[in-house]
Amino acid sequence: MIELQQVCRHFQVGDQMVHALDHVDLTIESGEFISIMGPSGSGKSTLLNILGLLDRPTQGSYRLNGADVAKLDDSMLADQRQKHIGFVFQSFHLIPRLNAVENVELPMVLAGVSVASRRKRARQVLESMGLGKRLDHRPDQLSGGERQRVAIGRAIVMNPRVVLADEPTGNLDSHSSSEVIEILHRLNRDGLSLLVVTHDPEIGGQAHRRLAMRDGRIIRDADSRSP
Amino acid sequence: MKTTDTARLAFQSIQRYPLRTSMLLLAVAIGVTAVVLLTSIGEGARRYVTGEFASLGTNLLVVFPGNSDTTGGAAGMMIGETPRDLTVEDAMAIERSPLVSQVAPAIIGSGTASWRQREREITVLGTTSKMRSVQHWNMRAGQFLPELDMDVASPVCVLGSVVRDEFFGRADPLGQWIRIGDARCRVIGVLAQAGITGPFNTDELVIVPVASAQQMFNATSLLRIIVEVIGNDAIEGARRDVIEIVKARHQGEEDITVVTRDAVLDTFNTIFDVITYALAGIAAISLVVAGVLIMNVMLVAVSQRTEEIGLLKALGAKQRQIIGLFLTEAVFLSILGAVVGLGFGTLGTRLMNAAFPIVDFSAPAWALAAAAAIAVSSGLVFGILPARRAARLDPVEALAGR
Repeated sequence: MIELQQVCRHFQVGDQMVHALDHVDLTIESGEFISIMGPSGSGKSTLLNILGLLDRPTQGSYRLNGADVAKLDDSMLADQRQKHIGFVFQSFHLIPRLNAVENVELPMVLAGVSVASRRKRARQVLESMGLGKRLDHRPDQLSGGERQRVAIGRAIVMNPRVVLADEPTGNLDSHSSSEVIEILHRLNRDGLSLLVVTHDPEIGGQAHRRLAMRDGRIIRDADSRSP
Repeated sequence: MKTTDTARLAFQSIQRYPLRTSMLLLAVAIGVTAVVLLTSIGEGARRYVTGEFASLGTNLLVVFPGNSDTTGGAAGMMIGETPRDLTVEDAMAIERSPLVSQVAPAIIGSGTASWRQREREITVLGTTSKMRSVQHWNMRAGQFLPELDMDVASPVCVLGSVVRDEFFGRADPLGQWIRIGDARCRVIGVLAQAGITGPFNTDELVIVPVASAQQMFNATSLLRIIVEVIGNDAIEGARRDVIEIVKARHQGEEDITVVTRDAVLDTFNTIFDVITYALAGIAAISLVVAGVLIMNVMLVAVSQRTEEIGLLKALGAKQRQIIGLFLTEAVFLSILGAVVGLGFGTLGTRLMNAAFPIVDFSAPAWALAAAAAIAVSSGLVFGILPARRAARLDPVEALAGR
C-alpha cells in the first residue's frame, strides 16, 4: 500500500542543512499496526508528514497504492488525503466552536457529502467510540480522552486506508491513554492500517511492527508477527 | 464542498469574533452612509435650487443684449460692430406681441444712497410695476412702483428688506425722501424678505422706475428684459417672435440672446449633477479605505486561524476551497456593512429632512446601488490577498501553529 524508496528530506536551517530523513526505505502493507519510536529530532514527525502527503520528499520515491505521489499536484494530494488518509494529532486540533458531531462531519463537509447522510454517519462513528451521550458537546465541554476519541472519529469517518497518529496519547493521563489505545487497537483489528509515532511504551508494545528511528534513519524494524 | 456549507462556515467565523465583525461593519457602513448622505445633500440642493427657479413660473423668457454667434469674432471688432443696446423701446415693442402677456425691463446700477446721516452703497434696479407680478414679489409695507409708461420717470422708490432696516431701523420709511447719487426719491414701499429670487438679491435692492434709473446712470441700455408669455405652449413661438421683433428693430441683426427658464434649469441640473457625482466619488474613497481595513483584518484572521487552516488542509481541503471560505467571509462582512450603511444613510436622510424641511434630501437610486456595489466589490478585491495567503500556507507549518 505504501512504498518509500531512498526517501530524503532536507531542511535549510540557518546556513546548516538538516537531514531530517536520510535515505529511508519503508514498505507498509494494508492492515498493519506500526509504531515509530525514537528520540525527538530523529525524523519521526517528518516521516509521518511525508506519508500523510502534507510534505514532499526532497528526493526518493513514494508510491501510495501504486501511484507515484511526486506526480500529483496540490489539489490531487488534497484528494488523496481526503479519501485515503486520516490524521490524529497530539493536541487533537478540534475546532472549538463546533460540537462533537460537527467536528467529525468536517471531512465530509469538505468532500461535499449531503447534510443528512453525513450527520447519520458522524453519529454512528461517535457512538462506536462510546461518545453517544456527548454528541452535542463542544471540545471545551469534553475531557482530554473524549476529545481525542472525537478526533479519532474524525480521522476514520471517511473510511481511510491508513490512520497516521502523532503522539495520540501525549497529552492524556494514563487512564485516557488506555482508552485511546484500546480504540486504536480495535480499529486495527477491523482492518484499518495504523501508524503511530509515540514515546508511550504501552502503544509501542501493542503494535505488531516496531520501528526505531535515529538521525533520520530507521535503525530497527521489528515485526512481532513475523511469519 | 457545498455552497451552503461554505456560507455556513464563513458565517460561523463572522459570529465568532463579534468585536472584529462590528468594527469592520462600522467601517464599511460609514463609507456607505457617507455616499448616501452626500449624494442626498447634492440631490437636495439641486431640487431646492431648481425648485426655486421653477417657482418663477414656467412661462418666462429672459432677453439679454448680445449674441455669442454674432459678436464673438474679431472681425466684428475690427469694423467697430458692437451689440446694439437693448432699449426701453425694444421692451415696448416686445410687449405688443400677441404671445406676450407682460414685459419687465431691468437696468442695474450701483450708487450711494443716503438718508439723514446714514449712507451706504446700494444696488439700484430700474424696472416697472410689471416686475412684481412677473417675479411674484410680496410687499412688506406700502406699495410697489406705480403703473407708469416705461419712458416716464418718477421720483419714487421701493426698498429691499435689508436696505430698509439699515437706513430706518424702527422709523417708518414710507413717505421719507432718500438721496441716490444726485437724485432724490420718496419711499413708497418695502419688499418682503425673500433672499435671492431669480437673478437678484431683492433684500439688498433699491427699486426705481426704469426711466428714473436711466437718468440716474445716464444710460439707455437695459441689462435684460423679462418677458412673460401668455402660456406654456406659446414659449417657443414667443421666443421666435421676440427675436424677430428685436431683429427688425436692430437693422436685421440678430444680436440678442433669449433664454427660457428650462434652459436655465438644464444648466443648473448639469452643475448639480457634477457636484453630486463629485461628492459620491469622495465618499466612495472611504469605501476603498474600508476595503483596505477588511484586508488587514482578514490577514490577522488568517494568522489567528493558522492551525485551523492547517487542519482543513490535512482533512483534504483544496486551495480553492480555502480561498472560497475566506473570500465568502470578506464578502459577507462587506454585504452586512453595506446593509447597515444603507440603513444609517436612510435614517440620516430622514433626520436631515426633519431638520431642514424646505430642502428635499433624498439619495438617488444609482447612488444607493453604487455604494452597495463598491462596498461589496472592495470586500471581494481586498479579500483576495488574505484568502490566497491562507490557501498557500504550508500544512505542516500551519498545523504546528507557525
